[in-house]
Amino acid sequence: MSQPLENIEEVLASHKLSNEDYIHIKEILKREPNLVEIGIFSAMWSEHCSYKSSKKHLSGFPTKAPWVIQGPGENAGVIDIGGGYAAVFKMESHNHPSFIEPYQGAATGVGGIMRDVFTMGARPVASLNALRFGNVNKDNDVAKHQRYLVRGVVDGIGGYGNCMGVPTIGGEVSFDDSYNGNILVNAFNLGIAKSDEIFLGVAEGIGNPVMYVGSKTGRDGLGGAVMSSDSFTEESKSLRPTVQVGDPFTEKLLLEACLELFKTDYVIGIQDMGAAGLTSSAFEMAGRSGSGMIMNLDCVPAREEGMTPYDFMLSESQERMLLCAKKGSEQAIIDIFEKWDLDAAVVGEVTATGTMELFWHGEKCAEVPVDPVSEEAPILDRPTTRPTYLDKIKNIKITDFDRPSNQDAFEKMLGSMEIVDKSWIYEQYDSMVQTNTIKKGGQLDASVIRVKENGVALAMSSDCNVRYCYIDPRNGAAAAVVESGRNVAMSGATPKAITDCLNYGNPENPEVMWQFAQGCLGIKEACAELTTPVIGGNVSLYNETNGVSVFPTPAIATVGVNEDQDRVLMSNFSASGNSLFLVGESASDFGGSLYMKEICDQVAGELAPIDYKKELALWNLVIEANKKGLLESAKDLSSGGAAIALAKMSATSGFGVKATMKTSMNEDIFSESFSRAIIEVKSENEAEFTSMLNALACEKIGTTTPKDFSLNDVTMSTEKMDDIYFNTFKKVIEQDI
Amino acid sequence: MKVTIIQFPGTNCEYDTEYAFKRLGCETQIIWHKEESVPAGTDLLVVAGGFSYGDYLRSGAIAKFSPIMNAAKTFASNGGKILGICNGFQVLTEAGLLPGALKRNDNLHFISKHHHLKIENTDNTFLSKCEKDSVVNIPIAHHDGNYYIDQDGLADLKKNNQILLTYCDKDGSEINPNGSVASIAGITNIQRNVFGLMPHPERAMESLLGSADGVKMLEGFLEL
Repeated sequence: MSQPLENIEEVLASHKLSNEDYIHIKEILKREPNLVEIGIFSAMWSEHCSYKSSKKHLSGFPTKAPWVIQGPGENAGVIDIGGGYAAVFKMESHNHPSFIEPYQGAATGVGGIMRDVFTMGARPVASLNALRFGNVNKDNDVAKHQRYLVRGVVDGIGGYGNCMGVPTIGGEVSFDDSYNGNILVNAFNLGIAKSDEIFLGVAEGIGNPVMYVGSKTGRDGLGGAVMSSDSFTEESKSLRPTVQVGDPFTEKLLLEACLELFKTDYVIGIQDMGAAGLTSSAFEMAGRSGSGMIMNLDCVPAREEGMTPYDFMLSESQERMLLCAKKGSEQAIIDIFEKWDLDAAVVGEVTATGTMELFWHGEKCAEVPVDPVSEEAPILDRPTTRPTYLDKIKNIKITDFDRPSNQDAFEKMLGSMEIVDKSWIYEQYDSMVQTNTIKKGGQLDASVIRVKENGVALAMSSDCNVRYCYIDPRNGAAAAVVESGRNVAMSGATPKAITDCLNYGNPENPEVMWQFAQGCLGIKEACAELTTPVIGGNVSLYNETNGVSVFPTPAIATVGVNEDQDRVLMSNFSASGNSLFLVGESASDFGGSLYMKEICDQVAGELAPIDYKKELALWNLVIEANKKGLLESAKDLSSGGAAIALAKMSATSGFGVKATMKTSMNEDIFSESFSRAIIEVKSENEAEFTSMLNALACEKIGTTTPKDFSLNDVTMSTEKMDDIYFNTFKKVIEQDI
Repeated sequence: MKVTIIQFPGTNCEYDTEYAFKRLGCETQIIWHKEESVPAGTDLLVVAGGFSYGDYLRSGAIAKFSPIMNAAKTFASNGGKILGICNGFQVLTEAGLLPGALKRNDNLHFISKHHHLKIENTDNTFLSKCEKDSVVNIPIAHHDGNYYIDQDGLADLKKNNQILLTYCDKDGSEINPNGSVASIAGITNIQRNVFGLMPHPERAMESLLGSADGVKMLEGFLEL
């Protein structure tokens, strides 16, 4: 092995390792590390791979339920969806790469999450994405750059997902100044597998071959995991070489080859090479079984000459998998991958040593015990401090400001980028391939696919109101879980489990760490109360540029099951002349509201407490009444309150509405009280529907009409609403081209 | 009725197409592009949608060199029926089995949505169950759906009634989502045994998914 390093301090700094880490590494190795080993520790102990700042707070997440087949810790979580089938899903962030290089950053985010799903043995069948951008509405360089990022990210997501033949069926996007220097790109994917044919990322069985399949390794993405574990500065755009380049065509071949392979019984375990590439896949696979491993790095298929062991271990080249096979099946596996024009090579074998031994042309170039690298990764107990801003904003109320007429407020809020139709985005995504899509982007609330194999429908929705999370990190995170579940329930599906993507700022800032800790508490509480356990997820920290951290953004995606695919409830009006009910209690709740932002230019106030019993009662009402066929549509109330919900239901259906709701304050039509929904019912079903309300508050507010919008003192013609709702987004985003 | 569907590396609508024809009661078979002959007994050969060879170089430009495409040419010259959907249409134009070419959409974006189409011509197997000038609602999903043909070629298409489908609104008035010459969405060859279209009838087989208008299109092949 190579000699100890002379310039150790420089090497440690460039690998973001501390002196304590170095001492710890020497204790583990019982000698000086070489450069390859430093690289391995650096990647495995990076925030991205080790969760060192977050681990303490993630423990105690509810992760179990009778339908959970696989919880956190594998490539993706798995739930039982009946009939011998399972849904495999996960959400992950690709924030830093997407800010540096939007097309490739977003594309490889999609590619990575799909690999996480199909490495479990599932065919990916649906994607969502949750995007946060900065302010796109201004006439300045920041807004112009943000518009460029929107165009690049959307193009990248479509470019990858469309080629893969996996429909992108929905998502969410919002805009706030806090993302001006650090956008968030979170990608979700869900796949279907037989529940007894789930593959895990494990290498075991002494003497079994370790094989590398997929694309060749290049030098792209070198050090990506470490890059993602740092804040941004002005110089960050020079980090473009650390962003991986995606090739969806190769991934499509890899998907089909893997699914063909999974029909055989050759595979012991398999894992994709994502962040930290070969290093993390090899260490995690060996670590899960307590095995050791030998790898001959000169056998790894290479894209270019002159690559070193260090390059091979730390490259983040895309579209690659590491698998552990049954001894004797090597050639049969190579034949499958060769059919799909992919590389496949035996690069090592499982050993009993508990040690990772790396060789380069027969010479040992690194030797690291497996367990300590993952088990003894530093766990930090970072200091937390309640942010001082919270006291400044909590008493701010909309009554402190001059308020326009409801009519003017409505027009401004309806035209906000958060609310308007995003067809400019979702029409760039193939949403219908695989012929399962029942409800998709643009149709409001949850997206729904049917499952051909067992006849159920799966509803999924990704949500996070980041203003709520800013003014109340704990209850805001809980509200994200609740809203995501509510969206799923409003389609008639029973929410089953969530995956989360926890995007926060710099954990070295005690106020950010406090936000993170509080967010985790909120998620724990909500998931426990709603019985929607967390089955996987991702933490993304250091979302900060020049000292400004993003709003706390715990994106939550809930997946639910509707046992009857023919009874998927839509979110927009179905016909004229139906009765509209507002279910749930309305109060003057404007903390973090769209009204507060758009009209008062504030992200401030307090959140009302969440009443989980009432929330569940609302879900059960809709699920049960829908089973009986009593409902025409249902939509949850969220940003912009009843007025915006009714406007969206109207605009997307082409029908109008005439309604009056009781208010204690004129502006209550925009209030964002939790646990509410608008429900459309045919008059002949009203009596039976209202008999199911039990203790839920319910107000009959009006009816659907052939056209035009009217709610209390707000009116708008269908033509004007269509123009605002459907044309604004494109005008804003394409203004520079 | 036996349907054979070609799978190139990067094809991604082969299973959808198989599912659609199975719903119609057809016998189906998916074959790998390295096959050198069309399976005996094939009544309809389908080149399904997707991104053959990643659409690298140009959509369909590499797939046309696959061994199966020689067999497809022989099959067509013997009167065999071929249907190319989306990427399959692109492959058929690249292979010279259909006239014209498909360029990048004029807004440069991928476009995915339900779109109305006007049935221009029913004097052929494919659209024989449809009514002339009626409007159907069929998903489109393409980046390179901008059909191009020169003026002489267009005149020939019109003269020979080779234009099968054009883009329109729900009332049948012409609208053009992607820049196609004469808003063309689908054509046939002069012998009327090779058909190509950018929209996806196999995605419009069930009202559960938004439209069942594709049924009467694909049913045209059932008498084969």
